[in-house]
Amino acid sequence: MSKPLIGVILGAVLGAIDGLTAWFTPAVRDQLGGIVVGSTIKGIIAGIAIGFFAKKFHSLPIGILFGVIVGAILAFLVALMQGGYYLEIVLPGTLVGLIVGFATQKYGTSPSPANS
Amino acid sequence: MKWLSDDKLNRLRMIVSEPDFSSTKYTFQKELGRGGMGTVYLCEDRELNRLVAVKVLNTPDITDDLRGRMIREAQIIAGLEHPGIVPVHDVGTLSDGRIFYAMKFVRGLRLDEYAAQGASLRDRLRKFQAVCDAVAFAHAHGVIHRDLKPQNIMIGSFGEVLVLDWGVAKTQSSFQQSISTNPRQSVANQTEDGTVIGTRDYMSPEQARGEIDRIDQRADVFSLGAVLRFLLADKATKPAKAICLKAMGEAPESRYTSATELSADIGRLLDAEPVLAYRENAVERVSRWVGKNRFLVLLVLAYLLMRIFLIFTSRT
Repeated sequence: MSKPLIGVILGAVLGAIDGLTAWFTPAVRDQLGGIVVGSTIKGIIAGIAIGFFAKKFHSLPIGILFGVIVGAILAFLVALMQGGYYLEIVLPGTLVGLIVGFATQKYGTSPSPANS
Repeated sequence: MKWLSDDKLNRLRMIVSEPDFSSTKYTFQKELGRGGMGTVYLCEDRELNRLVAVKVLNTPDITDDLRGRMIREAQIIAGLEHPGIVPVHDVGTLSDGRIFYAMKFVRGLRLDEYAAQGASLRDRLRKFQAVCDAVAFAHAHGVIHRDLKPQNIMIGSFGEVLVLDWGVAKTQSSFQQSISTNPRQSVANQTEDGTVIGTRDYMSPEQARGEIDRIDQRADVFSLGAVLRFLLADKATKPAKAICLKAMGEAPESRYTSATELSADIGRLLDAEPVLAYRENAVERVSRWVGKNRFLVLLVLAYLLMRIFLIFTSRT
């Protein structure tokens, strides 16, 4: 499995879980469908970016750092659009970025360098 | 009359038993080990100014058969150029007519000494894989060792693994032809049916029964299994035990077909992959996966805990 694909799958799954937890917040429960879709798309975007980064750069700490930054920025943008819930959105988003950053560095195949 | 002390007597005995290397470029240093056919001495190569191990026939009453065996042994080792097989530098005859051959002097520990020093299971298995690779190379060249045991495996000072003592090795006809053109030295495998060769705890059942014709590379696979059992000691997991049992199957057909196959299963064990020799249940499969991906599992758990924490804090 390629690194970008791992990033997409993990980003989508964790993003969907992220969105589903909105069910525990009664104030937004009626918007659950939209939140889950939005959160999954956010996870997929983060996964693609982190996966392609992992394909280019093979470094666990840098990969994790990149994941954290991408996850935090995307989550922050979502929180801005929501106009609130910064901690509830940015913290999990950042952690999702960290997990995807770790997983894409640790697992998945990179194309081997071609013989020149 | 003056009596000689025990020390002096022992010294005299040693001098008398020392082979006479005066006609060679080697200077005797000390005895390293004694086997059924020959004794290995530490010598100095005066020309190249380095230490070498020299194996000399034990008996001065040299028959053509013994002579042929010794030369054949040197040729077998010389023909197996592999980092895991000790190289032969020279072959010759002492002034008393005994055949000798000089090989690399390996500084390091025997596998049993290495294991006794408390090497981790992972390190032991890596060394075992290197042994398998060397033996597989010999098999690919038509040579079956027939006496694999921890005492015949050395771990060099750079961590390299060397398989020693090919004195009772069996060769297949193509290799036999390639190592000797002298018909007197080409006595097919030099061992008659019914002769038991090897070391009891490490030899395959067919070898113990002296069924020389039935001995093939799977006899070495059995011995490798016994070496693995020794290395695992009481640290064996179920898959590791299963690998041992498969390698040491009573019938050759039930064993791994080659040392390469055995090495590959050890590789899977080291990489926390499912091994061929053991069918794991669902719980074992999950626990192996969790063990292999411990950090990822911890991260996901941390994420879920954080989620639960946020749910409760947002409610309050």
